[in-house]
Amino acid sequence: MLKDATAIVGIGQTAFAKQLHETEKTLACRAVLAALDDAGIDPGEVDAFASYTMEETDEVEVAKAVGAGDVTFFSKVGYGGGGSCATVGHLAAAVATGQASVGVAWRSRKRGSGPRPWKNTAVQLPTPGQWTRPFGLLRPADEIGMLARRYMHEYGATRDHLFNVALACRNRANQNPAAIMYERPLTREMYMTARWISEPLCLFDNCLETDGALACVIVSAERARDCRQKPVYVHAAAQGLPAQHHGMVNYWNDDPLSGPAWTAARHLWKQADFGPADVDVAQIYDAFTPLVPLSLEGYGFCGRGEGGAFTEGGALEIGGRLPLNTGGGGLSEAYVHGFNLINEGVKQLRGTSTAQVPDATTCLVTAGEGVPTSAVLLRS
Amino acid sequence: MLTPVIDEDGAPFWEYAARGELRVQACAACGELRFPPRPCCPHCRSFDSEWRLMSGRGRIWSYVLPHPPLLPEYAAQAPYNAVLVELADAPRIRLVGNVVAAPGAPLNSVDPARLRIGAPVRVAFTEVDGVTVPRWLLERS
Repeated sequence: MLKDATAIVGIGQTAFAKQLHETEKTLACRAVLAALDDAGIDPGEVDAFASYTMEETDEVEVAKAVGAGDVTFFSKVGYGGGGSCATVGHLAAAVATGQASVGVAWRSRKRGSGPRPWKNTAVQLPTPGQWTRPFGLLRPADEIGMLARRYMHEYGATRDHLFNVALACRNRANQNPAAIMYERPLTREMYMTARWISEPLCLFDNCLETDGALACVIVSAERARDCRQKPVYVHAAAQGLPAQHHGMVNYWNDDPLSGPAWTAARHLWKQADFGPADVDVAQIYDAFTPLVPLSLEGYGFCGRGEGGAFTEGGALEIGGRLPLNTGGGGLSEAYVHGFNLINEGVKQLRGTSTAQVPDATTCLVTAGEGVPTSAVLLRS
Repeated sequence: MLTPVIDEDGAPFWEYAARGELRVQACAACGELRFPPRPCCPHCRSFDSEWRLMSGRGRIWSYVLPHPPLLPEYAAQAPYNAVLVELADAPRIRLVGNVVAAPGAPLNSVDPARLRIGAPVRVAFTEVDGVTVPRWLLERS
């Protein structure tokens, strides 16, 4: 069984900025070493690694630079930000089944100063590009904007609902000195008058473009008791690739608005000792604001079509029904393919977040919705 | 403008488009339509397929209006529309395209205020950099 068999005992991150001068490889090493130092574990003990297929520094480079030991498990998860939580899930499974004892998951990315993947016209992106790109559906914002407009049309969600998501993330970033948007409050007027990126999505519906790296360390629950930090247990983990799913452009099935979150959620809750109503704080992947109401529905916090209304009345703020993305998320802390959401979940359950939810003991962390996804339930 | 990066499964779609025909892959054994095209039928697992002629009619399922930053030739037409058309013959199959005033007209040739989810459209074809691609014309509803 995976349940509570492993724990995250170390987290590390670099600074976040529009442009950092060090290379992705250097940033990766810094984050990995910071996480191991946080855990109080010598890098020579690391025998497992997990990252994303889009990660450009491979295990060989990280392992030899940080001085890892003999590595017996390594894994890379696909589909961009959909893989974030699965890096933790894969390591939890490897440690729980005895294939390794100290796992490190990481993501390093210079998305702030580096190229935008959609600008590359030479390679086929991991989407059925021949059916979309010639028609000017070029960017993830366009692909998700298509679902967003349909969602708003079908269920009466409004731009105010999307603003509620952007505002909650920004408010938490304003409490987090490490966040890119720490000193930059957001108002409704700023949101409503912002330039469009892909109507119906405006600038503030889109995540940041950030340079930065993060990592976390996973060991068995038994070992975790001897580590430097309070253990944060991996209570459940799941990936989700629904039947007849098509990736980011999931337009060719019965209900394109029911994405991978629904699949991951079913498996996640099946393993768990608690349900959505018992989640104290959530870190929901927010590359684009509409992914949040969709995920709220997918993970069972509300019914079909109720995701917009769920955001009303400060529900996503501290003290609300479900405090969201308490470090600021991809929208306002940093966009590092969702890895900052994992580390923020750990901070909440250690009680060390800059926007601490009082007595939080359970946290849902999700990966990119829309693409084949993953999620973890953490508990203290 | 980007031309489609055509793979083996998708090639017949573009070959039929060059003849002015909108065709979708169907299973030659059980008859089920499927899109995007793929090697075998997800319903009956047959590897035999055919390409079935569509009526060319559909409805707008959703649309976006992209603004910069975009690739240069798209930025020059922004804001333009990118629509998702559900085919009248197969509502689960939705093609990405553009609503234009005439087959060869630019991607921004229709006032966005005329676009509505549910609006009926019909296919037309135009050549872009040597490749024939479908476009969509608003029908009087």
